[in-house]
Amino acid sequence: MSTKNIEEKQYLLRFKCDTKSHLTVLDHDICMTQCPDKICTVFCPAEVYKWEGTRMQVGYEGCHECGSCRIGCPYQNIKWEYPKGGHGIVFRLA
Amino acid sequence: MSEKFDVIVVGAGPAGTACSLACARQGLNVLLIERGEYPGAKNVMGGVLYRQQMEELIPEFWKEAPLERPVVEQRFWMMDKESVVSFGYKGLEWAVEPYNNFTVLRAKFDQWFANKAVEAGALLINETVVTECIVENGQVIGVRTDRPDGDVYADVVVLADGVNSLLSKQLGFHKEFRPDEVALTVMEVINLPKEKINDRFNLADNQGCTIEIFGDSTKGNLGTAFLYTNKESLNIGVGTTLSSMIKAKLKPYELLDYLKNHPMVSPLIAGGESAEYLAHLIPEGGFHSVPKVAGNGVVVVGDAAQLVNAIHREGSNMAMHSGLLAAEAIIEAKKRGDYSESSLNSYREALYNSFIIKDLEKYKDAAHTFEKYPQYFKEYVPMMNQAASKFFTVDGTPKRDKQKQIIKNMTAERGTLRVLQDIYRAWKAVK
Repeated sequence: MSTKNIEEKQYLLRFKCDTKSHLTVLDHDICMTQCPDKICTVFCPAEVYKWEGTRMQVGYEGCHECGSCRIGCPYQNIKWEYPKGGHGIVFRLA
Repeated sequence: MSEKFDVIVVGAGPAGTACSLACARQGLNVLLIERGEYPGAKNVMGGVLYRQQMEELIPEFWKEAPLERPVVEQRFWMMDKESVVSFGYKGLEWAVEPYNNFTVLRAKFDQWFANKAVEAGALLINETVVTECIVENGQVIGVRTDRPDGDVYADVVVLADGVNSLLSKQLGFHKEFRPDEVALTVMEVINLPKEKINDRFNLADNQGCTIEIFGDSTKGNLGTAFLYTNKESLNIGVGTTLSSMIKAKLKPYELLDYLKNHPMVSPLIAGGESAEYLAHLIPEGGFHSVPKVAGNGVVVVGDAAQLVNAIHREGSNMAMHSGLLAAEAIIEAKKRGDYSESSLNSYREALYNSFIIKDLEKYKDAAHTFEKYPQYFKEYVPMMNQAASKFFTVDGTPKRDKQKQIIKNMTAERGTLRVLQDIYRAWKAVK
């Protein structure tokens, strides 16, 4: 079957997770008070960002390391690094 | 490892590997650093590799490289909700050597390609992140890695660290990119038996087809979708500029599912099994976004230098060619024993005299024009579909009257003057 939603898509992937996040929301207050759209929760292709009422939950384990959140955050509020060498997503095909 | 190399290349994608290969062949001592588990583990593209620039590096590579299918047909779809206007070209001269382009799966291809650099003498180290360039008196003299005692030194550092190129940003070669300078693209690899692919796309074995899809594939936003045939799988993907994605509040994976369920697309992929889902940014800022590409002891190649021609879906070939030009400049610099910016600027000159920058210059205003005037994707694609439907529907109306009606409908919707303006503006952007 071809996938129907993001959960099924992410399930196809292999990740070698680090124990420490390579993505950091610098100031959760900015998300809460200045960013009504919380647009990172929309455009992130892996649904890494989820707003939990008072803070941004960052599911870095499923990150594709594309860089969109760093560039797309309207407040430059995301510190973006690469996961430690050999960690993170492992594409096997394309 | 405080060893010193002639060249350190950061990133084993097409640009970095090409540069490593060309330098190693000339006897230079090359260290190629890759952050993934293997070259290709972090690398994504839609899937078309052009033959010409690859062959400059490895003659007749198609005889041994892990390729999918040589492309014999390129289709272009202007798609509306329940219709499509299509055109394309199929030519069997592309089915025989030396071919024009191939579909490839990057994880396989990049490993094979990097191994060619290793065979030529380059040292490849995987699973290593370069965290910063080591700069001394304004000269890049090496890199810092995330390994213990991970400083390594070289006469020249080649930044082939991809679209995000944190390293060239660290050096101040460019500022952070704007959301309209990058395209966020997602794709799936969908397994399908070879016979089904051949039947559905009208192909013989070892023949491939590519379809670029405009219009409703991005819900009228600035971007494209694609459907490419591999040996026993399809690559289907869609992307728009990140700015369009933000403005339209699109979830990229929902856009992909919308495409997969589109009535013009779904019969082609029906029964397929998803094998992988991938997201990546494409540097699409074009000519105006190309950063400084040469500094003291450092050059920038490939996606890191924003070398992508989005209109012609060329990128990996430009990456390879830029890697080769950088290698030639480095070899010359070594002969002079001078690794200053003015010495390495011969790479910049070669790049700007090549098809790469000339092509980017040709389309320098295209992305900006189509972003600023969304009517091309939002209005003209549906209009083309309506016109084709009207023209080809036999209902007793004389053809000359039909033509008049079609023109009248077009100009009624947008106004004669605006239509003429739109045509002129689009022509100017791509001429």
